[in-house]
Amino acid sequence: MKQIECKNIVVNYDSNIAVKNVSFSIDKGDYLCIVGENGSGKSTLIKSILGLEKIKSGEIIFLNDLKRNEIGYLPQQTIVQKDFPASVFEVVLSGTLNSRGIKPFYSKKEKDLANENIEKLGLKEFKNKSYKKLSSGQQQRVLLARALCSTKKIIFLDEPITGLDINITKEMYSIIKKINEQGITVVMVSHDINFAINNANKILHMQKECKFFGTVNDYVNSEIYKNFIGGSENV
Amino acid sequence: MFNVLTEMLSYTFIIRAIIVGGLVALCSSLLGVSLVLKRYSMIGDGLSHVAFGALTVAMALNLTPLYVSIPVVVISAFLLLKLSERSKLKSDSAIALISTVALAIGVISISLAKGVNTDVFSYMFGSILAMNSTDVVISIALSIVVLVLVILFYNKIFAVTFDENYAMATGTNSNLYNMIIAFLTAITIVIGMRIMGTMLISSLIIFPALTSMRVCKTFKSVMISSAIISVICLLLGIIISYVYAIPTGASIVMVNAIMFVIFFVVGKVLNKV
Ligand SMILES: Nc1ncnc2c1ncn2[C@@H]1O[C@H](COP(=O)(O)OP(=O)(O)O)[C@@H](O)[C@H]1O
Ligand SMILES: [Mg+2]
Repeated sequence: MKQIECKNIVVNYDSNIAVKNVSFSIDKGDYLCIVGENGSGKSTLIKSILGLEKIKSGEIIFLNDLKRNEIGYLPQQTIVQKDFPASVFEVVLSGTLNSRGIKPFYSKKEKDLANENIEKLGLKEFKNKSYKKLSSGQQQRVLLARALCSTKKIIFLDEPITGLDINITKEMYSIIKKINEQGITVVMVSHDINFAINNANKILHMQKECKFFGTVNDYVNSEIYKNFIGGSENV
Repeated sequence: MFNVLTEMLSYTFIIRAIIVGGLVALCSSLLGVSLVLKRYSMIGDGLSHVAFGALTVAMALNLTPLYVSIPVVVISAFLLLKLSERSKLKSDSAIALISTVALAIGVISISLAKGVNTDVFSYMFGSILAMNSTDVVISIALSIVVLVLVILFYNKIFAVTFDENYAMATGTNSNLYNMIIAFLTAITIVIGMRIMGTMLISSLIIFPALTSMRVCKTFKSVMISSAIISVICLLLGIIISYVYAIPTGASIVMVNAIMFVIFFVVGKVLNKV
């Protein structure tokens, strides 16, 4: 069952092409990893699907009743201004906002969900701490907890493990795996190609254009994969 | 002290100033938290100059000031917001241009309007005598509307202030809430400008938020404390303005400045502990 269909997407920054003629689709329950070198347009592609970058041409279609407020998102970079007064709980709770519609205040249900995700990510002791005072790894976990609160059908993760140590990385990956098994679609930008081929069911390889889109099995047998691995071994 | 207070409260114009001023202080301090954090405080400043221009033109043409200033300032708020969304740098200079032109229009219309008994000084720096009873009724109604909307949209305001992109990506209409914030700010500035003075009204937006952020570290506590700080400063400011016969806006700004210094020191001490 298709959830998102992208047809010939083109995204420009001024006159520089960042994403060129990319077409692919995302099915319900997919675990899609987007791989490719730095600057190959992975983040831009995700942002265009989420409506944060305008596409110059092409089409992005949400299918089977997928709505924007059923999406969770962990950005690659979140610029929050220095000294922003917000507690961890306030930040995580704000992730549930998209399911409130026009109802103004959070109910117990949303607060419970926020608490649950705070606990899941091992942030209980920081719940009432100031977000800006946390380390970057802790902030990353807070933002993942917020993303989990927003996720009803699909979650977009842009290099989610940046700045995390090994144990927390494992923990994070297993959380993502678990929600995927519960039927949530996962779209993840990853630098970790081994992780991608071992966990995803589909791969999208970006190099401004889409160099590969298909199943992991087909990907590991492809030229582009062999070149990519070879290339990174040479670095 | 007590005598002064009872004396003050025997004047209708002071009671008006306290009621309207208090409501404006509440609205502006709550909106101010979001505006300051979004680095939009320049918009407040720009709008207050536009409000001055609109006010003086209305006076010169013998129109009711509120009826002219509200639409003019609301439209300007949307324009300034659109400008800031494009580019911070360009918008700062654009706001500066708009401010000075509005100011120039204001000063010209004051000097051309012979028939009106115009007191430029009180327009600019505030007066407790400024409100007639129609002004008061409209102001109270409008500020209650602003207050209710701020409370209803509190969680959305937090989300778009903290991370506008995230809110947008996950299905919250950030642009709409930015427009609502700009709209409410415009209304608040128009209501508050007679008491505070058009040159000083923007400090009512900026100061309480900055002051409470010295000490409070969660969004909710910053909102609540800036509202309290704002109202206290306003009351003290009105009393001082009455006792020493100085412009109300100026005396409220000075009280806010002193409060800021106190919170600044307290914040430093708390951080050390
Ligand atoms: N906001 C921006 N303005 C201008 N150029 C950008 C912007 N964001 C990204 N780019 C450029 O677009 C290209 C793709 O970037 P990005 O999508 O971030 O790549 P990736 O996520 O794969 O590392 C890069 O060349 C980058 O320099
Ligand atoms: Mg990227």
